[in-house]
Amino acid sequence: MGSWMILQRVSRSIRQGNLQQRMFSRKSAHSECRTVLAIPSDAAIHERPPLQNAFLQQRHSSSSSRASSEFHIGPVTQLSPEEEAMRDIARKFALEKVAPLVRSMDEASAIDKSILRGLFENGFMGVEIEPEYGGTGSSFFVANLVIEELAKVDPSVSVCCDVQNTLINSLFRRYGTAEQKKKYLPRLATDMFGSFCLSESESGSDAFALKTAAVKVENDYIISGSKMWITNAEHAGVFLVFANAKPVDGYKGITCFIVDRDTPGLTVGKKEDKLGIRASSTCPVHFDQVRIPAGNILGEFGKGYKYAIELLNEGRIGIGSQMLGLAQGCFDYSVGYVMERKQFGKRIWDFQAMKHQIADVAMKIQAARLLIYNAARLKESGGNVVKDAAMAKLYSSEVATYTTSRCVEWLGGMGFSKESPVEKFYRDCKIGTIYEGTSNIQLNTIAKCIEDEMGSGKSK
Amino acid sequence: MSLRVLVGVKRVVDYAVKVRVRPDHKWVVTDGVKHSMNPFDEIAVEEAVRLKEKKIVSEIVAVSCGPPQSQETLRTALAMGADKAIHVEVPAKDAELLSPIHVAGIIAKIAKDEKIDLVILGKQAIDDDSNQTGQMVAGLLNWPQATFASEIVQADGGLKVTREIDGGLEVIQVKLPAVITTDLRLNQPRYATLPNIMKAKKKPIDKKSPADLGVDTKPRLEVVSVDEPPVRQAGAKVANVEELVQKLKEAGRI
Repeated sequence: MGSWMILQRVSRSIRQGNLQQRMFSRKSAHSECRTVLAIPSDAAIHERPPLQNAFLQQRHSSSSSRASSEFHIGPVTQLSPEEEAMRDIARKFALEKVAPLVRSMDEASAIDKSILRGLFENGFMGVEIEPEYGGTGSSFFVANLVIEELAKVDPSVSVCCDVQNTLINSLFRRYGTAEQKKKYLPRLATDMFGSFCLSESESGSDAFALKTAAVKVENDYIISGSKMWITNAEHAGVFLVFANAKPVDGYKGITCFIVDRDTPGLTVGKKEDKLGIRASSTCPVHFDQVRIPAGNILGEFGKGYKYAIELLNEGRIGIGSQMLGLAQGCFDYSVGYVMERKQFGKRIWDFQAMKHQIADVAMKIQAARLLIYNAARLKESGGNVVKDAAMAKLYSSEVATYTTSRCVEWLGGMGFSKESPVEKFYRDCKIGTIYEGTSNIQLNTIAKCIEDEMGSGKSK
Repeated sequence: MSLRVLVGVKRVVDYAVKVRVRPDHKWVVTDGVKHSMNPFDEIAVEEAVRLKEKKIVSEIVAVSCGPPQSQETLRTALAMGADKAIHVEVPAKDAELLSPIHVAGIIAKIAKDEKIDLVILGKQAIDDDSNQTGQMVAGLLNWPQATFASEIVQADGGLKVTREIDGGLEVIQVKLPAVITTDLRLNQPRYATLPNIMKAKKKPIDKKSPADLGVDTKPRLEVVSVDEPPVRQAGAKVANVEELVQKLKEAGRI
């Protein structure tokens, strides 16, 4: 990171042996003070093994709130016992409940109701939502672990969970009024999907050229326009709609509106017939003179563009997690096959050409994992993630594309057949380089960050 | 009824892990290997939670004897619905030398201290497959025992337990307090949901040592050797029945 960091741990609650960590960034040579941090979360430290806790407790026993000068920097892949427990539940759910239905859900282009219910019942849909609203009250990092585990088995189920956690819930939690939170968060955590309505047929990458308009009439707004490619639209009970309420101000007129599904004039169109993630619903959503009260504005008037950018910047990490899980799931299945399949009297694994290809892919997946985990930890610690998230999403979607393509080849005819899950992973991965910012858009973002850093004398 | 239940939860090598014998042939490799709650103990926790949901049970105390990491197993029990936990900490090196009689002594003592009415344990742990602890606890406490339970219902001031025995099922009535061990078909354990994992962090875990409980854990058994099962020899194909009979004769089997 650009500035020197001193990481200090403060023991706040010595009696319970609770150790919180506080981080201070010291001014760098360029006299700038940044809070860019990439270290394990509070939870990771908090949950350290008891023996170590006891040791630290002793060290801190003479002071109740003094900082020690001790460093603790763990590997970015290190999970706290709690994170591990949560990941294990997601893994168990994916393997025991989702796996048997993957193929039939792909064929039916629909996620089975038992899975939709299971996502809510196990707390996967409201990972960060506070317990007072019925959510899990855990972290962004854990949400990403859940997205990854689900994607190892079915990327369609994974994206369903991703959009809810990283876009919908985050928008409500961050910008909702107390009343809006009370109304929507408990349902988003337990039984209601939300959809993020930004893209339109003429504005994809150029998101802020959107044409959907909101016109003020008395104390209400009337929304007109059509949104495209809306994930979870089939099941959503609430839509967060980005519409321009003051076109003369250009993108600064874009405002985020909360629109309930049963609002007159709102219709959900026919599901798209897609190449991959077929089970996840993607539909157009039409707004024909949809009248909603001004109180349904989420956050501030005219700040919609800002919210969308902000959420998508972080949301990319979630898509990266989905692509990472997809690559890992495909890889694990394929390597198992390669180690069993025999040709020329030996396992195809025993051919060096195979081993080298597999080692190469394993390395790429691990590199993607490090980018994702680090970006997620960085986001959690409050740092600026724009560049890291773009890199993480871009790289893991490319790794997913590369991995699945190799896996199809390793499996030969089996990889080309729907008999193995690899064929589906190969189709599912393609969306990764397209949604929540195409690869070119990620490159633009990264380049912009480099330009800013160079301009201000910062460097990594 | 308002029973206080003790459930035993052992931290074992995860059932999906392919175990390897340790180079010293005294146990299997456990370092860096995924561990989880003994599956029969998960069934015990689930049953206790269901009895609590039916208002037969008022409080569930989960107990684990083992190294510091056993706390993670206790957290899982708490996330599944146990109310509090007691961790009898035994250093990892000593934990592998613990045998059923030691653990039974610990559980019996805690059962008395905590005024327990019902002890539910897994019928065996999947690591050493002893199938002794429940029976020993009943013996030490002089309580009735109902092992290999596949159904537990409240009846006549006690419990009616269906047991899986060779060739069928046996139904017995036990008075309380009692010890029950669980069989595979008793129930399907629930998942510890994410919100419950968070809530479990706030539930108490008491830490004790065997000495605190007055239980001597000096090894009484010595592991002589742990070995891999013999590798199955490759078979041979025969073309027809005649050849088969001839080969069997040659091998002296018929």
